[in-house]
Amino acid sequence: MSTSILQVRDLHVEFNGVKAADGVSLDINEGEFLAVIGPNGSGKTTLLNLCTGYVRPKSGSIHLDGRAITGLTPRAITRRGVARAFQIPQLFSDQSVLDNMMLALAAKDGLWTMVRPLAQPARREEATALLDLVGLRDDKNRVSRTLPEGHRKLLDIAVALALKPRLLLLDEPTSGVSTLERFSLMEALMSALRSRNITALFVEHDMDVVARYANRVLVWNAGTVMAQGHPDEVFKDERVLKNVVGVA
Amino acid sequence: MRAILLIGAIFAIVVAPMAAPWLQFVLTMAIAKGLAALGVAVLLRAGMISIGHAMFFAASAYGVAFLARGGVSDFGLLLVLSVAITGLAGAVVGAFLIRYRAIFFAMLNLAVSMVFYALFAKLYGVTGGTDGMTIPVPTMFGIVLSEPTFKAILFYGSVALMVVVGLAVHRYLDSPLGHALSAVHTNEVRLEYLGVPVWAVLLVAYIVSAVLAGLGGAIAGFAIGRVVPDFAFWTASGHLVLVAVLGGIGGVPGAFIGAFFLELLHTEAAAFTDAWNLIVGAALIGVIMFLPKGLYGLLTRSEVSAK
Amino acid sequence: MNAIIPLVLDTLSSAALIFFAAVGLTLVFNVLRVLNVAHGSFYSIGAYVAASICAFIVSRHLNPYLSFVALLFSAALVAVVLGPLIESTLIRWTYGKSEAVQILITFGLFLILEDLQRMVFGVQSFYEDTPMRLMGSSSIGGVVYLNYQMFLVAMAVIVVFGLRLLIKHSRLGRLVTAVVADREMAQSIGVDTNKIFILAFSLGVFLAALGGALAVPTSGVAPGLGADTMVLAFAVAAIGGLGQIEGAALAALIVALARVLAIYFVPSLDAVAPYAAMLIVLLVRPYGLFGAITTRRI
Repeated sequence: MSTSILQVRDLHVEFNGVKAADGVSLDINEGEFLAVIGPNGSGKTTLLNLCTGYVRPKSGSIHLDGRAITGLTPRAITRRGVARAFQIPQLFSDQSVLDNMMLALAAKDGLWTMVRPLAQPARREEATALLDLVGLRDDKNRVSRTLPEGHRKLLDIAVALALKPRLLLLDEPTSGVSTLERFSLMEALMSALRSRNITALFVEHDMDVVARYANRVLVWNAGTVMAQGHPDEVFKDERVLKNVVGVA
Repeated sequence: MRAILLIGAIFAIVVAPMAAPWLQFVLTMAIAKGLAALGVAVLLRAGMISIGHAMFFAASAYGVAFLARGGVSDFGLLLVLSVAITGLAGAVVGAFLIRYRAIFFAMLNLAVSMVFYALFAKLYGVTGGTDGMTIPVPTMFGIVLSEPTFKAILFYGSVALMVVVGLAVHRYLDSPLGHALSAVHTNEVRLEYLGVPVWAVLLVAYIVSAVLAGLGGAIAGFAIGRVVPDFAFWTASGHLVLVAVLGGIGGVPGAFIGAFFLELLHTEAAAFTDAWNLIVGAALIGVIMFLPKGLYGLLTRSEVSAK
Repeated sequence: MNAIIPLVLDTLSSAALIFFAAVGLTLVFNVLRVLNVAHGSFYSIGAYVAASICAFIVSRHLNPYLSFVALLFSAALVAVVLGPLIESTLIRWTYGKSEAVQILITFGLFLILEDLQRMVFGVQSFYEDTPMRLMGSSSIGGVVYLNYQMFLVAMAVIVVFGLRLLIKHSRLGRLVTAVVADREMAQSIGVDTNKIFILAFSLGVFLAALGGALAVPTSGVAPGLGADTMVLAFAVAAIGGLGQIEGAALAALIVALARVLAIYFVPSLDAVAPYAAMLIVLLVRPYGLFGAITTRRI
């Protein structure tokens, strides 16, 4: 029995009367790779917004390692070891790829020096190693705005990894990444997660990726958890097939 | 190459008043305004435009005048104390203003600066109203100086200060904190998700910018020997914005190059026109429309997240 | 009671003028999504033009009632000359650009307009109170007040309801609403957005210039009026919530009350009172009474 890192209990939130989360409870267990699937517009991103404090729930609670984080800011939650990669990459678009990475590393080690330059040799090396991992080594001196969408996505994930999180939340990591690169990205990501003991939750719509990599699947529909379990079982569920897999 | 050019330029500034003595005052003022514009440029890194920074320029000059009236006569002490007071004022004003971005930030800076201006101009009994206050020639290490000697020392001291402060600001902008400041402009959301307290990054920048404007204001006060409410007037803030925008491409040296250019132009233009604000306004629009590189990253829109 | 009546009347008439300064700013922001830093200049230009025309009427011994026409005419003149010119050259260039660029461009315009006024109208103050004297005074409960003050309040009320009527119930208003809601969508169904923007901007200029013109009989015009008005207008727009017309009306009342109370009880703080009101409101509600915070989608 593995321990639960993140516990979500009975979350409710609504926007303009639409219930984006309607009594959601879920657990993320230490070391697992949990996939969240569901139709477009069902509020999967809202789940990540709630878990990271970008959106505050109307009611319900979220605990990280048994301590309440409900109502904390994204900043405070990030500092407690939760990192996030976004569906739309959130980068410092005027800065180079390497600077994006180094700033993330600096944010983790301590930003509070006005005197020593950002580009410390050790930091540069660590950033380059992470870029290597996601296959962006050749792009490291480019301004991140000029990267193709798929590469921006990879950089966004690398930035999240640079924070050395315990829990990583990924929002459609393979969207915008070409089908050819999709599995090599996932292989690299999985090995990074394993070697660093990172637990991860990922929102995904590519069912092949889910089937191959997820330990557990959570099916999200209309603001509630419709089903959850091992991918093989979930994909046999008639309702899931009809509502989610068919339309996704 | 760049370093050689800069050293050459500084050498030229140092020797210029020997050939043309009238330049000593003009160049001292250019350095003073360059320091203040550098303060505005620091905030510009974060995409934040202060159209009220002349308030810190004025506050520091008034600080010197009040301290001198209160009996402090040493140059170094006057400078350090008044700049420290200005930094404190920057912390108080900044703590309120850094919640805002874009237009709110710009306009609230303007509003606060107009309160400063109104107070300086209206509190006649304390500040001398529109007549302002005199700033006497200070002593240095207990030595009483003649005015020409002091003005020469002030000039060379300002050049030295420009170099030292310029290097320090360059260092700051290249540090993680400086990079985080630029990151505020492009993506605050990501910055929050790196666990970075954006307010603290901005408050440090705001205090730095107020201190820089304060240094400039103190030097200007000493150079002129008087401080008047017009130091804080919004058109003065406008000039600082223009210099900062002009210098956009050049980083730290850019602010000073812009200041020297504008101060010399002002001196020349004053001979045949008094429509100086019109020229400044037209130049500001011209730079933005036709010299986008002078604007650095501002012209590129901050990351828009469209789904 | 007799102490309250003048306070109420002063607050109302002062609120009317403050409202005129701010309503154009907030209207233009609402439609164009540009906060025009030069807005205060239109107020002072309106004041200068009105003062000049009224002075001309008086010096030629024309029918003094023409001065009322002159107030309206000068506002229209300023709007027709400056509105389309400035919108189509400078403001239009900034659409779709960052707010930083919009601030810098309109700030540059502000510097230019302020200097132009100094060159054209000089640095002396103008006073022209013919319209105010013509209207005479009345009294309520023994308190004598100027009818012109009530005229100002009536004008402001007309503008509030007129704008509401224009936006909610006219074809033009519906087009404007469509453009505000979704600029690209409006363009794609054939709305001439350029025309809408010119009209909206010119209407904003007109309202500001009218405010300036109406202020001439009570307070005259002097250099520096443009900058003071700009900051005051922003304070009002910010308190009300940027883009909210009714919000601006309520905010104008709050600011006017703060100012009148200051004049009655602590005259030295008169100039600072509006800002104090603004700071207090913004500390409690950072984006104004009716302003909404927009969160980014991520």
